[in-house]
Amino acid sequence: MSIARLFASLVLALCAAALTGSAGQAQNYPARTITLIVPFAAGGPTDVVARIVGDHMSKTLTQQIVIENVVGAGGTTGSARAMRANPDGYTLIMGHMGTHAASVALYPNLAYKPDADFEPIGLAAGTPVLILARKDFPAKDLKEFATNVKANMANLNMAHAGVGSVSHVTCLLLGSILGVKPTAVPYNGTGPAMNALVGGQVDFMCDQIVNVVPQVQGGTIKAYAVGTPTRNPALPDVPTSTEAGLPEFQASAWNALFAPKGTPKPILDQLSQALNKALDDQATRKRLLDLGSDLPEGAKRGQEGLRQLVASEMARWTKVIQASN
Amino acid sequence: MSDLINNLALGFSVAALPSNLLMCLIGTLVGTLIGVLPGIGPLATIAMLLPITFGLPPVGALIMLAGIYYGAQYGGSTTSILINIPGESSSVVTTLDGHQMARQGRAGPALAIAAIGSFFAGCVSTVLVAALGAPLTSVALLFGPAEYFSLMVLGLIFAVVLAKGSILKAVAMVLTGLLLSMVGSDIETGQSRMAFDVPELSDGIGFVQVAMGVFGFAEIMRNLEQTESREIVQAKITGLMPTWADLKASAGAIGRGTLIGSILGILPGGGAVIAAFAAYTFEKKMSKDPSRFGRGAIEGVAAPESANNAAAQTSFIPLLTLGIPPNAVMALMVGAMTIHGIVPGPQVMTKQPQLFWGMIASMWLGNLMLVVINLPLVGVWVRLLRVPYRMLFPAIVIFCAIGVYSLNNSPFDVVMTGLFGLVGYWLMKHDFEPAPMLLGFVLGPLMEENLRRAMLIARGDPSTFVTRPISAGLLAVATLLLVLAILPMMKKQRDVVFTESET
Repeated sequence: MSIARLFASLVLALCAAALTGSAGQAQNYPARTITLIVPFAAGGPTDVVARIVGDHMSKTLTQQIVIENVVGAGGTTGSARAMRANPDGYTLIMGHMGTHAASVALYPNLAYKPDADFEPIGLAAGTPVLILARKDFPAKDLKEFATNVKANMANLNMAHAGVGSVSHVTCLLLGSILGVKPTAVPYNGTGPAMNALVGGQVDFMCDQIVNVVPQVQGGTIKAYAVGTPTRNPALPDVPTSTEAGLPEFQASAWNALFAPKGTPKPILDQLSQALNKALDDQATRKRLLDLGSDLPEGAKRGQEGLRQLVASEMARWTKVIQASN
Repeated sequence: MSDLINNLALGFSVAALPSNLLMCLIGTLVGTLIGVLPGIGPLATIAMLLPITFGLPPVGALIMLAGIYYGAQYGGSTTSILINIPGESSSVVTTLDGHQMARQGRAGPALAIAAIGSFFAGCVSTVLVAALGAPLTSVALLFGPAEYFSLMVLGLIFAVVLAKGSILKAVAMVLTGLLLSMVGSDIETGQSRMAFDVPELSDGIGFVQVAMGVFGFAEIMRNLEQTESREIVQAKITGLMPTWADLKASAGAIGRGTLIGSILGILPGGGAVIAAFAAYTFEKKMSKDPSRFGRGAIEGVAAPESANNAAAQTSFIPLLTLGIPPNAVMALMVGAMTIHGIVPGPQVMTKQPQLFWGMIASMWLGNLMLVVINLPLVGVWVRLLRVPYRMLFPAIVIFCAIGVYSLNNSPFDVVMTGLFGLVGYWLMKHDFEPAPMLLGFVLGPLMEENLRRAMLIARGDPSTFVTRPISAGLLAVATLLLVLAILPMMKKQRDVVFTESET
């Protein structure tokens, strides 16, 4: 596979070089279709972000970006495949909080190191995480919720979307802040978990805003707080965790672009610029903001911003996950 | 009532726009095609076509994607009947009698009755979605982990009852299926189980790999060793269309299958699969001569095909009314909606009535198109049986391999399919039926997960399964069914069981 791909890329590079008469690799880049690996199922939050951003980046790079969904093992299968790809800028990965930070503590035999085996390109979009409960949960705000959970822990059930999912690790964070170890009921994905919460089978959960907006608006579940510094325009009535009195609960499921280690710097720069351009495009911004996404600005953007984020998030989630075991 | 008519009128005015009709036609055509190509399922197709829908208006895009989904349900029965390969878990049952009919030269009537049954089911369930969508959703929400576990128990009893040979062998196959489904990661701890440190196994074995292997590849191997049977199949092709007697025999089965499918389709998870198995089992129990089943009984095709199509339609109910996808294809539809800036949920019906009702009306139109497309095609498909094996078999194997590879873009999956082909061949040689194994395999994870969820929520108290009324009811039905299945077997053990397993 990789030999065939190498051969194909050599042939293409030669053809391109012959046609344009230029020699520099970065000048020719991109000469063919770019594969963007999404390590989760099509249609999920990470996939949607990848498709929206990739759509605009294709225009800037004048080459099609093709999404390849490689699912499995909490996104680590696809990430491992991206790590082993040729570092030529033609295979990229849309990693997220789980695959490129929390996975280090969750999977002892992880095939890659998120900080050492990948070149950061840039943060694409964050998806704020909310604290949610079934609609008849007897607490009117986050303070009452915290008191109630601490007092009745033995009888309460917390749903999550599977080991290693955003809803799982962020609920571990909530538990560690409140000093409780809730009974965690695992579901296969956020859909079934949300179903159980709407149906009142479980008492509370943490989930990404994309999945919860219609339910909160429709009144089928309660939202107590959003784990970001500012309120989200998609759900303006839900207070931030700081406003609601639990400032330690900061949680946003970020999605970011990475390339395999060793990808040439000029190519990385070109990709970072294309990503920035997508994030500045009004139509792309609107599509992402409509989903409830949180877009990076200023220093949070670009390669350095992402490098720092990966380092701080790896340290943070490792601590939370180890404390819960 | 007048509301319903007004809403449907709005829906048809949207769905009948030329551009939307075209989308619907493209969707159903693509769906039929991928349903016929073994291995390439609606999930992979919708995922591949998702970016193409970017440029389309949202209503048209969703009409097309929905068309692919139910078109594939139609097309899936074609491969089950002709070459004994179920493309979808919900068409596994169709292989039992459908392929037998094809081997007796009655592929035409089998295909036609599948199309007719599906059309009827599609019409009825479209009205159901329109009229009862909201109230039915609240029923689905009553199902907690305990209820699901009991439903899965009932499903596995179906698997034992539908077996045509030895009950002991059927039980063994169900248990093998359950064991195979245990491979992968533990849902609660994430610990790897029976994966032998093979990373590709860490998420378990896929349904398509098992189904392609034990049905498709094994069937091909079996055919390769019997060169003469081919001529018999060709010589005996009788009529293409079902006879009056066929239609009369299937009418009841179609009605009952539609009813069972509509109800079970609303439930998340294995709704469509259980629906097909339940409808088949029910027909077998209703029949005056159950021994005809598994030997080319037309009711055995009509009932499950109606049921899985009805279930495919009603599985839109939780998606459209709650925004909660009941299966992987529906999850993809949620993604398609969000990409188009529509957040699926309880307010879609009120905020986007033209989308909601337009989609429902397009389902009915799509079903009509499908029957119009498929009935004339029956002759073409049947002629496919005349293609020489030396051309047909490599083609099937290649399509299967491409289909399996396209699921996860993983060559390992193709190797697994080959291994399951060998297993399937061995099973066939020793008179083990693969269908109960596949049902155990599909229902196993749902059963285990819900058992563990129910026990977690009940804090380890198993009485939760009998103290919750719906769960207790389901378990009672399962017990009754098991008694019904075992009683005649004990009475007639010597004569029937042994002669049946000889065949």
